Amino acid sequence: MHLIPCPWCGPREESEFACGGEGHIMRPADPEARSDAEWADYLYMRANPKGWHRERWLHRYGCRRWFNLIRDTVSHEIKAVYRMDEPAPKLEP
Amino acid sequence: MQRYSIFSLARNALNDHADWERAWRSPDPKPSYAVVIVGAGGHGLATAYYLAKEHGIRDVAVLEKGWLGGGNTGRNTTVVRSNYLNDDSAALYEKSLQLFEGLSRELNFNVMLSQRGLMMLAHSPHELRAHQRLVSAMRLNGIEGEMLSVEQVKALCPILNCSPRSRYPVFGASFQRRGGTARHDALAWGYARAADARGVDIIQNCEVTGLRLEAGRIRGLETTRGYIEAAKVGVVVAGHASVLAAMAGLRLPIQSHPLQALVTEPIKPVLHRVVMSGAVHVYVSQSDRGELVLGAGIDGYNSYAQRGSFHVIEAQLAALKELFPIVSRLRMMRQWGGIVDICPDASPIIGKTPVEGLYFNCGWGTGGFKSTPGSGFVFAHTIAADEPHPLAAPFALKRFETGRLLDEHGSAGVAH
Repeated sequence: MHLIPCPWCGPREESEFACGGEGHIMRPADPEARSDAEWADYLYMRANPKGWHRERWLHRYGCRRWFNLIRDTVSHEIKAVYRMDEPAPKLEP
Repeated sequence: MQRYSIFSLARNALNDHADWERAWRSPDPKPSYAVVIVGAGGHGLATAYYLAKEHGIRDVAVLEKGWLGGGNTGRNTTVVRSNYLNDDSAALYEKSLQLFEGLSRELNFNVMLSQRGLMMLAHSPHELRAHQRLVSAMRLNGIEGEMLSVEQVKALCPILNCSPRSRYPVFGASFQRRGGTARHDALAWGYARAADARGVDIIQNCEVTGLRLEAGRIRGLETTRGYIEAAKVGVVVAGHASVLAAMAGLRLPIQSHPLQALVTEPIKPVLHRVVMSGAVHVYVSQSDRGELVLGAGIDGYNSYAQRGSFHVIEAQLAALKELFPIVSRLRMMRQWGGIVDICPDASPIIGKTPVEGLYFNCGWGTGGFKSTPGSGFVFAHTIAADEPHPLAAPFALKRFETGRLLDEHGSAGVAH
């Protein structure tokens, strides 16, 4: 069970949250110009890294706001939490 | 290969079983192979076996970073079935079940296939109609299946709470008589022994750390036991598929999630079928030792840690107790987790990649065990012929570009 530091409500149990998967995926600005392969990449392909993962979470049973986490997918350590309108912190080892 | 039989058992009993041969060798890796399979789970070993048996390719190595069958092959709930909705899925899973049915004899290794029948419960009139559609689709595909009334469900599974006042009332069930369970370890060991007997090298404790490519073609693999040259490489690593794909500069539509299972203390035989409920998310069978084997749902986040969250177990057991009140005072003995590779459409990816000579077989997600023989069979063909087996063709990676997805979330049976 993760203890997740919601930027608005503070640390809460994981069961209050829903994970929204990989973050910072941008919808193509020029949809008509994109090929099928580029659409497939945007819609389906994911980094799914073993290690640090930038991901979106929703505090579903709390403030109901979205935010970003940087979390290790092996140790489950949470390195950073930041709001949707904040830039992603650099991932230094 | 030393054949197992009642006579060899009797002969070896005479000298305290001191002369049994090792079931497979532990060779050092050779500098090069015609085909290298990454991952000695059930699917990888089955692939190697069918490469040798069906296609005569014996210069094969199976590399395993841990021990043989120690990943998801040894971490599932051992359910086998072929009750899938779409034609393409039905054909593939049915092929697998048919191979299962002759496997103990073929491998000379008892995989303990127990076709005790598998029922999927419907908890609302709408779900009942969805099950009727599933059974009709199965029959059109030549796979037996039938609907059960509440009375029939109750007769087949007396410990199920079928009261109309239950929180999860039972409206009926779909039933596949040929479904059931098999022994997961035996499947890996049987394939390993049979593949080894045909000259396949199974190399354990050998982790792949890199893939060497040259002009869009695979050349070999960097491993913890040195560089191994390979003309063709088949990757069958389940939860780690994205990690291996990244080594070749590829991206996959796969998310790795923990999936848990647990067993109760052993009790007398009370449950003679496999019972699944997609809506409340329970699947349970009783093992030969008397333990109830329970599958839980996946955790909602990406993870490579082979453990799951406790609140998932809590939700699973709450639903189980409502359906089977008899379990309320049973203690749980063991719990474990595996990393499953989930595809957006809950169907696997089998076939070629943009890298020549590199093949992927992944995305089996929560339904890998039942498909082991079929998966190995079609993947071996795909590697040997350098083109997809007809049964595997619809499952190409390309489907995410063409949009021809194979949505099997309803048949996957596990909440995700």
